[in-house]
Amino acid sequence: MRYIEPHAHMVSRVTDDYQDMVTSGCQAVCEPAFWAGFDRSSAEGFRDYFAQLTEHEPKRAAKFGLPHFCWLCINPKESEDVKLAEEVLALIPRFLERPSVLGIGEIGLNKNSRNELKVLERHVDLAARCDQLILVHTPHLEDKFKGTRLTLDALRGDRRIRPERCIIDHVEEHTVRMVLDAGFWAGMTLYPETKCTPARAIDILDRYGQERLWLNSACDWGVSVPLSVPRTALEMRRRGYSAERIDQIVYQNPRAFLSQCPKFHLAS
Amino acid sequence: MMTRQQLLDLYFLEARGKLIEVAAFLDRVERGEGEADFRLAELRRAVTILSRPEADKARQVLMALSDPTTEPIPTATTKGACGAWPSGGN
Repeated sequence: MRYIEPHAHMVSRVTDDYQDMVTSGCQAVCEPAFWAGFDRSSAEGFRDYFAQLTEHEPKRAAKFGLPHFCWLCINPKESEDVKLAEEVLALIPRFLERPSVLGIGEIGLNKNSRNELKVLERHVDLAARCDQLILVHTPHLEDKFKGTRLTLDALRGDRRIRPERCIIDHVEEHTVRMVLDAGFWAGMTLYPETKCTPARAIDILDRYGQERLWLNSACDWGVSVPLSVPRTALEMRRRGYSAERIDQIVYQNPRAFLSQCPKFHLAS
Repeated sequence: MMTRQQLLDLYFLEARGKLIEVAAFLDRVERGEGEADFRLAELRRAVTILSRPEADKARQVLMALSDPTTEPIPTATTKGACGAWPSGGN
């Protein structure tokens, strides 16, 4: 089996996870910028983080023959501070030229505040001006439905944004339809307690088809499973999915979306 | 798509286990002392969705626990989410 892990926070993971992922058939890993679990004290902390994502982490993955790509932004959990966000936004363009950067992400909302929305709109503007792909984080739990609606409104409000170049991540049963109906890609995140379980993700595939959908582990420093994508592929097999259909969902779909960035290429 | 019988064979024990976990959680909370916050009431309200006939219950439960408002809040005063929205029964 082959698969792409399109959303994993490998800076938070141990090297054994890289070994396990490659052993399980992972062909590439993509790492959106995110919250470290604590607030950085200045934009310089983000400069170091972007260097880690674009220099150090690709080398760590390359030791196991795994291509590593990334996305850059200031995450929504730190977007309440608009001054800090503007300083970080000013840093991003010089990093966008680096060979493993795929676009702007994971941007979005957390508590659906006015400042978060303002910073989201500035990221969208940056992506439009620099012709970048966009990866959107949708909020947690009770905030997800409202945040997804506000995010879609913000994206649709900018005529430069093409939905087929944006993925709205962490969809669940109550948000997947609005994302797909608006023409965007949708990501399903496989978590043990929150977001989707493998069984629920497959239910969504059963109901909505497999077009413009991908699966990811979003593994980070919290409760998460780096091998959740291949484990879901195994669950798909138990549910009667053919090998071709599984390959479409866990490999070809993410490859199709990510290949819209010319820097995304795989050896095979 | 699998048959109803095949799906039962595959997932019944797992669903049974999760249902008992919810029941045990409610028992545990009820044995606890003090006042409960809005999350318990919202969870109880969401549980009633399970007996509805429509094959749309996961979405309905998620919606029952979601913020239905449409305007951004003035300021984010916390980063976390608690999993329920205080609907007050509305």
